[in-house]
Amino acid sequence: MNEQASTASAASDEAAQYLTVNLGNEEYGVDILAVREIRGWTPVTRIPQAPSYVLGVLNLRGAIVPVLDLRLRFGLAREEYTATTVCVIVMVAGRQFGVVVDAVSDVVDVSPGGIRPVPDMGTTVDTEYLKGLTSVGERMVLLLDVDRLLQPQDAQMLEAALASSDVKAVA
Amino acid sequence: MSKVDLAQFHKAFHEESLDGLDAMEQALLALDEGAEDPELINVVFRAAHSIKGGAATFGFTDVAAFTHVAENLMDEVRSGRRPMEKAVVELLLRSGDTVRDMLALSMAGQPAATAESQALLAELSAMVSGGTAAVPAAAKAAAPAETIEGWDIAFRPFDYLLKTGNDPARMFRELGALGPLRVECDAGKLPALADMDASSSYLGWTLHLDAGAKRAAVEGVFDWVDGDCDLTLTPRVAAPAPAAPAAAPAAPSAPRAVRDVATNSEASSVRVGIEKIDTLINLVGELVITQSMLSQFHDGVDASQLEMLRHGLAQLARHTRELQESVMSIRMLPISTVFNRFPRLVRDLAQKLDKKVVLDLRGETTELDKTVLEKIGDPLVHLVRNAIDHGLEVPAKRLAAGKGDTGTLRMEAFHRGGSIVVEVADDGAGLNRDAIVAKAVQRGIIASGDGMSDDAVAELIFEAGFSTAAATTDLSGRGVGMDVVRRNVMDLGGTVGIRSTQGSGTTFTITLPLTLAIIDGLTAAVGEETYIVPLVSIVESVQVKPDAVRSVVGGGELFRFRDQWLPIVRLFDVFGCEGRRRSVDEGIVIVVEGEGTRIGLFVDELIGQQQAVVKSLEANYRRVAGISGATILADGSVALIADVTGLVRMQGRRKAA
Repeated sequence: MNEQASTASAASDEAAQYLTVNLGNEEYGVDILAVREIRGWTPVTRIPQAPSYVLGVLNLRGAIVPVLDLRLRFGLAREEYTATTVCVIVMVAGRQFGVVVDAVSDVVDVSPGGIRPVPDMGTTVDTEYLKGLTSVGERMVLLLDVDRLLQPQDAQMLEAALASSDVKAVA
Repeated sequence: MSKVDLAQFHKAFHEESLDGLDAMEQALLALDEGAEDPELINVVFRAAHSIKGGAATFGFTDVAAFTHVAENLMDEVRSGRRPMEKAVVELLLRSGDTVRDMLALSMAGQPAATAESQALLAELSAMVSGGTAAVPAAAKAAAPAETIEGWDIAFRPFDYLLKTGNDPARMFRELGALGPLRVECDAGKLPALADMDASSSYLGWTLHLDAGAKRAAVEGVFDWVDGDCDLTLTPRVAAPAPAAPAAAPAAPSAPRAVRDVATNSEASSVRVGIEKIDTLINLVGELVITQSMLSQFHDGVDASQLEMLRHGLAQLARHTRELQESVMSIRMLPISTVFNRFPRLVRDLAQKLDKKVVLDLRGETTELDKTVLEKIGDPLVHLVRNAIDHGLEVPAKRLAAGKGDTGTLRMEAFHRGGSIVVEVADDGAGLNRDAIVAKAVQRGIIASGDGMSDDAVAELIFEAGFSTAAATTDLSGRGVGMDVVRRNVMDLGGTVGIRSTQGSGTTFTITLPLTLAIIDGLTAAVGEETYIVPLVSIVESVQVKPDAVRSVVGGGELFRFRDQWLPIVRLFDVFGCEGRRRSVDEGIVIVVEGEGTRIGLFVDELIGQQQAVVKSLEANYRRVAGISGATILADGSVALIADVTGLVRMQGRRKAA
């Protein structure tokens, strides 16, 4: 309760809004300013030599946009895609990509003071992709660092790895 | 003067000036070749004149001062006071280059006058005889310390001055603002009242400005009447006489190194002919009509209206296609925009190397996509440089070989099928087969040249390892950076070929796609996926019988295609997806060619042929080996476009592994 009150008072100027999405039993927050669109799951076109968590690309009004599965990105078991499975299109550093999650649930206000560092705990998720965590009422929300989900150095590493595996893979 | 923000016109002025300089250069080159058309001289004069006027208006005083002197020189030629000699052409060509540089500096907001431009200005001024208006501009640079007490201005307008909208009284008021002004009127030419035309000006004036105003300020007043009057500005200088104006023009600077035309800035805008725009507007109009016709079917269609609906849809399809073609045509520009830079390059190179070269340009109106045009310039420059440097011989050698002393360099552009072909041909010595083979063996590219055809040997110069600085000296042939040329052309989806006959010349053939934005492709299914193979790289699609397939050591497979054995590349292997058909005889093999190498792509089945609008994968993702881009199919889903060259390279690497 106390927490909620402070969130409300700080909301006036500093608070940022987060879209919360569900992944298994956990709830993650995505900076709402990065979110472009929320759409239902539609089949995508697979791309060769992509890491397993990149499902493929889809046509977003004429732009070719890669889609990644947040579960696979975090090393969780793959779920069947159902009617509630959604794809959140985000834009980071001029690049758009889609993130597939189990469901979207809410939009919450989070004041900077309400964000606490992620303790080194036994979460299923690598803490590298988290900005911090916050509480909304009784719920705990893990704030995603969207920038790092499909980060450039990641892509470069992949590219280097692929270049060397190219020959082996097809031989 | 006015409150209008002139900066908004800077870009237009810049582009216009560049156009003017291009026209000037072309005219000068024609004059250089001995053409005696007074109109050509006028073209040069007008270009200099309008650049000067514009530059003065926009406050680029350095550019204005420079072009002013060039214009004076041209004026002398135009009025017959000076013959159009080689030296004049040479000087004006270099002036054109300098103005180009100065304009670029001005656009960047930097002072345009450089040491180089000042030296050239002095040279120009030295050439202009007795032009008092021009010379002090150079003198100013030489003796900047002079103190000016005032100006004596002789102003004799031509009789049509008033018709140009200029009013001397207004100009005098402006001058008066600079300092105390004494005006003497010369009415000597005034006719009798009965003969007088009220709209002509007969008066002349001598003005004495008793103030140390800057030359630019005084000249500025007369900017608009420039060329419409005789004007002499004489500064009244304090005690020590100024250095004689024409004195000591800087020693003629060493002939400028051959200018690298490739550095011409690539304009990022397109000028479109008004008729192309009109066509577009018409088409959009038609489209709107069709749309309104179709919109009446909002609430369903009954059987009686079916025919109308069908008609409307057909119309929609036709207009959409026409609209697409028209929009694409906006990106198409004639190849002359690239060819135009070559007369100058050829002239300069020939002069530098003491060779005689005639440039034969053909098919300049052939249209190409702007993106392709921008990128084809550098490879062409490279080929032309090579042809003149290494291909064509010096006159003595040519005569010894029984040829005329003047070499011919032919550049030709034409359509062939869905492609544009650009040929660069010289009638020089051709490639030296023995030297190339020796070099290739030395570099370990081939084991020996025995049994290789001349064309195969010629191909060697495109090998990456072949181009080294040493090649120019060791080898009397070509081969400097040819691999770069090939790579550049391939990046554009094109190919380079070479034909050479020892003793009688070399021809390079560049084949380019019309546009990069749309490709014709064959859609092929592999399992659940659809891939598009560009039609240009397809040789043939065949069904292969099992007995035509041979397995080779290392797991590869070859099949017999005519008299060749080609490797089979299973697309599902390369792209890591599930193919439904694994046995060669069940599916289809598409024979494709990239970088001169053929391979067979194995797919489940062919779906059909379609035009694909190429979309970038890299915009939001990254490059994928073997994929050149993506496109959107009729059902809205995404299909990937196979990169044939990339697949061929991957196959080559696999072979090497």
